[in-house]
Amino acid sequence: MEKIGAKRTRLFIGLWTAFVVIVIYLPIICGALAGLSKGRYFAFPVRTFSFEWWQRTIGSFEIHTLVTNSLLIAFIVTIVSVVIAFFGALAFARYQWKGRRLYQKLLLLPIFFPQPVLGLALLLWFNALGITPSWQTAAIAHLVWIVPVVTLVIAIQVYSFDPVLEEAAADLGASRTFILREITLPILWPGIWSGALFAFLLSWGNFPLSLYTAGADSTVPKWLYSKMVAGYTPMVPALGTMSTLAAASLLLLGGLVVMLRRRRTA
Amino acid sequence: MADIALSSPGTITAPRRHFAIPAGLRCATPVIIFLLLGFVAPLVTVAAYAFATPRSFAVFRSFTLENFVTIFNPANSVWLSFAWSIFFASLTVLLLALVAYPIAYGLVRVFGKWSGLISVLFVFPLFVSENVRLYGWVLFFIKNGVLDGTLKLAGLVGGPDILFTPGIILFGMVYVYLPFMLFPMTLGLAMVPRDLVDAASDLGAGRMMIWREIELPLAMPGILIGMLLTFVLAAGAVAEAKVLGGQAIIMITHDIEIAFTYSQNWPLGSALAVLLMIIVSGLSLFVMSKLDLDRILGKR
Repeated sequence: MEKIGAKRTRLFIGLWTAFVVIVIYLPIICGALAGLSKGRYFAFPVRTFSFEWWQRTIGSFEIHTLVTNSLLIAFIVTIVSVVIAFFGALAFARYQWKGRRLYQKLLLLPIFFPQPVLGLALLLWFNALGITPSWQTAAIAHLVWIVPVVTLVIAIQVYSFDPVLEEAAADLGASRTFILREITLPILWPGIWSGALFAFLLSWGNFPLSLYTAGADSTVPKWLYSKMVAGYTPMVPALGTMSTLAAASLLLLGGLVVMLRRRRTA
Repeated sequence: MADIALSSPGTITAPRRHFAIPAGLRCATPVIIFLLLGFVAPLVTVAAYAFATPRSFAVFRSFTLENFVTIFNPANSVWLSFAWSIFFASLTVLLLALVAYPIAYGLVRVFGKWSGLISVLFVFPLFVSENVRLYGWVLFFIKNGVLDGTLKLAGLVGGPDILFTPGIILFGMVYVYLPFMLFPMTLGLAMVPRDLVDAASDLGAGRMMIWREIELPLAMPGILIGMLLTFVLAAGAVAEAKVLGGQAIIMITHDIEIAFTYSQNWPLGSALAVLLMIIVSGLSLFVMSKLDLDRILGKR
């Protein structure tokens, strides 16, 4: 009896998971179809497929600016957040110090905060400081949310790191920079790498923070939203699909690097 | 800096320096400074605006409770958007707990070596902005869209008209926030020791009993984080109502946005934001004070 019950549970879990995965990717597929159909208005089943809207999207000057903005923000966010979060993660998980528990909880607050409200709050703050919102302020806004996320990602790696290794090297006379370069960084490398990937991709796809803090500048998600609300063209799903594919390729590439590197060290 | 060094003598961890700051605090300093400037300061600004004269920009120069009086005046319908947001956030949390639990259980116990790949499938949507994914649903449910077209092809009447209704907003929220429930829940379930479950089973405990007495209590920290996270994010949700709901319902964040943009009443918007912040931060700090993050993230 118990055996059959367990088997049935496993089957149910497998089927349910498969169903949810399909539901998750269904709208992404719908967008891809709309971007690849010929007419100006989407109708299913698609009569004629064409790359017309893809070509127009790729050729559009406006979209080049958007993509440049989004890429620039994502690069800056990745570099800054990984540097800050690396040390933040050491403080989170490696060292025992007085304010650590409090620090751990405060660090989580920006993650446990509705992003549209955070974006509006930052808009007020920039205004109070007399800063005109632009893509630079959007990068700062992304950092407020992404630094804590990356800190958590790296911290998980730090937990599995034995501080005795660092101490042993120090006892043998290694300098601080030598220890950092030869011991700490190589061991924490997978965490840092996934933190960087997270930072880049989360910034690339972020919409609510960019909406309020980018000012007159636009990013890919912000532009898509403005066109969804008013002035739909099939360039919207086409650009959405391209952006999704770019994120997917980066994720695959990132995973591949981890696999290759692990094989080399193994 | 000198104050910090004096109040916490870290001479044991770093014997070389005389008044050394503990290494942990030194590493935490960049994050702390950044979050003070980028997170705390904006929230303080919002709080200050909440007490400024309505429809003015006289922040830090005027003090009035008028904005809060406006909100709590039942003649205004602002409380309605609060109610909708809280109600929808609660429903989202409940539905997500039901949707995510079997998947989280599968990731920990059933899928084995496939878990990694399946997790990636659930993480990836986080990197596609929510408006793109929600717009995909518009294309699915719209007239002559994927659902409608498929049903007509099958010789049926066509799809139901569910776009721009409250129900579809709830669906959109459950859809967008699934990963935020799933992964904390998975971490929580991974904390349940397998031996304990086996031991209980050997001693004759039924599956219901094992679930109620062992799995659920031990996985609770992770489940709680997931519920908290999804509630907080859903309470501030706005894209779902705008893209899928066609503004059938005005969510609280939408009201805040209107105050900040169209009606140029920053003090009122700030007062609304402060109320939302109090709910959200109060709940977060309460739940987090009950959790041991080292155990959840580290030891497995």
